[in-house]
Amino acid sequence: MLFELRDVSLVRGGRRVLDSVGADIPEGATAVVGPSGAGKSTLLRLLNRLADPDSGSISYRGRPLDSYDPLALRRRVALVPQLPALLEGTVGSNLAYAAQLAGKRSDAGRCLRLAGLDPGFAGRDVAKLSVGERQRAMLGRALAQEPEVLLLDEPTSALDHEARDAIEATLADLRRELEISIVLVSHDPEQARRLGEWVVRMEDGRVAECGPLAEVLA
Amino acid sequence: MSTSIHVSAGQVAATLALVALAAAVSFWRKADLERDIGIAALRSFIQLTAIGYVIKLIFEADTLALVFALLAVMVVFGALTARSRAKKVPDAFWPLLVALAVAGASTLGLVVALGVFEATARYLVPVGGMVIGNAMTASAVALNRLGDEMADSRERIEATLALGATAQEAAAPTVRRALRSGMITLVDSTKTTGLIFFPGTMVGMLLAGANPTDAVRLQLILLYTLLGSVAIAALVATTLAYRNFFTAAQQLREMDAEAPA
Repeated sequence: MLFELRDVSLVRGGRRVLDSVGADIPEGATAVVGPSGAGKSTLLRLLNRLADPDSGSISYRGRPLDSYDPLALRRRVALVPQLPALLEGTVGSNLAYAAQLAGKRSDAGRCLRLAGLDPGFAGRDVAKLSVGERQRAMLGRALAQEPEVLLLDEPTSALDHEARDAIEATLADLRRELEISIVLVSHDPEQARRLGEWVVRMEDGRVAECGPLAEVLA
Repeated sequence: MSTSIHVSAGQVAATLALVALAAAVSFWRKADLERDIGIAALRSFIQLTAIGYVIKLIFEADTLALVFALLAVMVVFGALTARSRAKKVPDAFWPLLVALAVAGASTLGLVVALGVFEATARYLVPVGGMVIGNAMTASAVALNRLGDEMADSRERIEATLALGATAQEAAAPTVRRALRSGMITLVDSTKTTGLIFFPGTMVGMLLAGANPTDAVRLQLILLYTLLGSVAIAALVATTLAYRNFFTAAQQLREMDAEAPA
């Protein structure tokens, strides 16, 4: 099992954001779906220890998550946040920084191609990119770390239909080419149908259903 | 440099005419500051008179223990005042206290070690007061900016943490901007000093009848000393304070939940 969550709870600002969440997330492509405010993004942030639960346990490939060094874990389990937030500079310098943190040699051209961007983007100033291009640059930056798992928080929420379809095609290609596991948060059940093999459906901080796509989103 | 003049209470009272003028301007243009102007005039009178007696006492006793006690009180009040301007920084008091103490101790220690001033109450009290006062302003501005920048750059900082960067690496651009804003005011005013404004020490010495060359030299000494102390204060305050935004597991703290302290 990629991730196992048992009885995971988290309170933020007096609100129980996650309430006794239990779920299994296998290798492959998993979609976490549910209405906004259901706790999907918070759940995703727990998976690479950007936050820790107040109670309960999470394991990654059979080992408790809190036994991993958070920095080393984050370089293996990459999270691409909902809002693109690149560092000042060029796309290439962002990729090089991420690769250097992970101790990898950055092949910027390849990472950009995988993220659906022309390698010529490496020299572009991030401040001059469109939202869609930034989102792809974020994806390319995460790939520069050669992670084992990609956590994607609403990767297409800020995009129009055309750009959304292009990112979804990119993600499907990534699954084929890199055999990387993906956990994708989406408010859109249709996107989960297109990309997920396994689905975790959340409601009000709880897991309503968890299982193969065909069973949960029949 | 040992000049001395006598200023009568009557002369001080006469300048109240200008305070009245300020209040009149406020009343006329409905700036609603008359009350504050009155409080400011009264408070400055009481505070300066009181500190005047304290300094007189310390000068007469001329023991270093009393000097350090006075400077320590200034550091604590400075940190408390600066904290109120850095509300978005969690637990800002301790970084500020350390920043003011280190800035005061190191710059005073250095000017004494370099033989610029003697280690006596007559020099340490006024120079220490200026050093701590300027260090307070600089660290308050730096932490105020740090709080704003940390709030504005939350997404970027967390996205950088998500790459496996340490809190220090993720916050570095933010801390750099905060440090810069803490130092820039004094750097800019030092650039224009003598052209656009005459600094206080020089004005005071000229009024007291000192030779202009002496007045300029003393002013330069103080300006250079202040540059050093302001840099140290802003550096120590930002270096200690940014950590309060992160947990030991290199996570960004939830500020909304913890803000009311």
